[in-house]
Amino acid sequence: MQRKAGESVIYKVWRFYLDGFKDLSTWSRNVWIILLIKLFIFFVIIRLLFMPDFLKKNYKTEKQRSQHVLENLTTPNSKL
Amino acid sequence: MNTIDLTPLIDWSRAQFALTAMYHWLFVPLTLGITWIIAMMETIYVKTGDPEWKKITSFWMKLFGINFAIGVATGIILEFEFGTNWSNYSWFVGDVFGAPLAIEGIMAFFLESTFIAIMFFGWNKVSRKFHLLSSWLVAIGANLSALWILVANAWMQYPAGTAFNPETARNEMTSFWEVLFSPVAVNKFLHTITSGMVLAAIFVIGISAWYLLKNREKRLALRSITIASVFGLMASLFLAVTGDGSAKQVARVQPMKLAAMEGFYQGQEAAGLVAIGVLNNKEKRDAGDPFAFKIEIPKMLSLLSYGDPQHFVAGINDLKNGNPGRGILSIPEKIDRGKVARQTLTDFKNAQSAGNLVKADSLKSVFADPDFIKNNFSNFGYGFSDDLEYYVPNVPITFYSFHIMVMLGFAFIAYFSLFLFFSWRGQLPKRKFWLWIAPWMIPLAYIASEAGWIVAEVGRQPWTIQDLLPTIASVTKLDSGTVMVTFILFAVTFTVLAIAEVKIMLKAIQHGPKNLGGTK
Repeated sequence: MQRKAGESVIYKVWRFYLDGFKDLSTWSRNVWIILLIKLFIFFVIIRLLFMPDFLKKNYKTEKQRSQHVLENLTTPNSKL
Repeated sequence: MNTIDLTPLIDWSRAQFALTAMYHWLFVPLTLGITWIIAMMETIYVKTGDPEWKKITSFWMKLFGINFAIGVATGIILEFEFGTNWSNYSWFVGDVFGAPLAIEGIMAFFLESTFIAIMFFGWNKVSRKFHLLSSWLVAIGANLSALWILVANAWMQYPAGTAFNPETARNEMTSFWEVLFSPVAVNKFLHTITSGMVLAAIFVIGISAWYLLKNREKRLALRSITIASVFGLMASLFLAVTGDGSAKQVARVQPMKLAAMEGFYQGQEAAGLVAIGVLNNKEKRDAGDPFAFKIEIPKMLSLLSYGDPQHFVAGINDLKNGNPGRGILSIPEKIDRGKVARQTLTDFKNAQSAGNLVKADSLKSVFADPDFIKNNFSNFGYGFSDDLEYYVPNVPITFYSFHIMVMLGFAFIAYFSLFLFFSWRGQLPKRKFWLWIAPWMIPLAYIASEAGWIVAEVGRQPWTIQDLLPTIASVTKLDSGTVMVTFILFAVTFTVLAIAEVKIMLKAIQHGPKNLGGTK
């Protein structure tokens, strides 16, 4: 019984969102389209192609990352 | 030893971060402020049952929805930039940033996403009172999300409640409450959210005034102006109070920023506040003649900074060259102390590499010594450059941004008072001149809001973390050309998105409160 009641709540929530999106007006649909395009640009194009996490990409372990930063903090190899 | 000129890399990385942050901030303040106005309007609707208030609430909700949808996730680019362009900084701040940002992510997702859906989809599906509760929770959730970001930012301006671990090269949180309730964080949060409230009130008045000029949506416009001018007046007065609180904190923890905000070079007692001024060029400023023209309010800088009209305020020259009589260390002295801290870290690293664990342990314990922390590690960041000018922020940008922000802030108080007066006297439709002015106040509100962030961020240069980490040590050693390319890519993307937002927003405003809400 409890499981069925739980499913019912999930179903209600699902229907709430589904009906909400189905009933969107034209301007709301346009806003959602722009939103989805934007999220694609941010998370797929920008993140994957241009903005990788430097330390995660180049160093496998936490120890290696901390060693790299420690090296940068202690080696004066730059000027302004 | 080979040296690399990092200036182009730092400049492009900073420009990219500034561009992203300023673009992100185009959306945030309206969300922070208008959600309160919507919740108030809906409260009146639920209390009175007047369908006109539902129409008004739904209309502003629609504009909020456009702003929210276009603005959502723009802040995530800043997090990408931390990992790509500022990897040393990201590692160095450690879990101090991680915890607040994780809480922000969870709160933003659960509070905002859930209750925003009820706001837009739930008009006919949940009870009036539950819908109203959702609207209030969206306002509270949006502002609480901002709290965590601002706490993280405040820690960068005033690193409290943490300790540096040389073994991991990271700062570790020693007191969550010290980070959360640092006076800088509290003031920054209150000042920032109230600035959003002011901007939102100006936005509502501006659009409502346009409707009155066009002789349409009269009831919506008049009621909206009344609510927004009351809300805006209270918020703008509170903004002045929190601004005063912020200035006092800046005087205490970032005196160089305060000096740059005021173009204040030579410290003195009973220092005056420059109300309006034009700065001289750098040569003249350095020679002791900072202003071509200025109108000064006597003793006001001392009073506003320290609550005492006779108090000494340090100038840029005092902070650069030191003032032993006032207990101010010179930058060369700080550089020496910072270098001792850096050398200790180098010795620790070398001892670890050589497998000399006894020496490494001994040096690690130095970083927990209160005297070492106070005298040396607190100046760690000064050990990266011997150039005194590097430690002085861009004075003209900081000065003019600060004065534009303050002047507009006071103008907004007068503006709200005026609209409230006209509204109270029932004269609004006749006041064509002021109705015509109102839409043009909207861009001014955005300028004031962005100027506030310019003061906060340019004024603290060169620090990414005050006194601990300068930009030169924070930046990832990438090719500056790569950063320039991504800067251009972002500039194009952000411009296109901003144009799209403005176009959709203008269309929705022209369309008016027909076809209400987000659903058919």
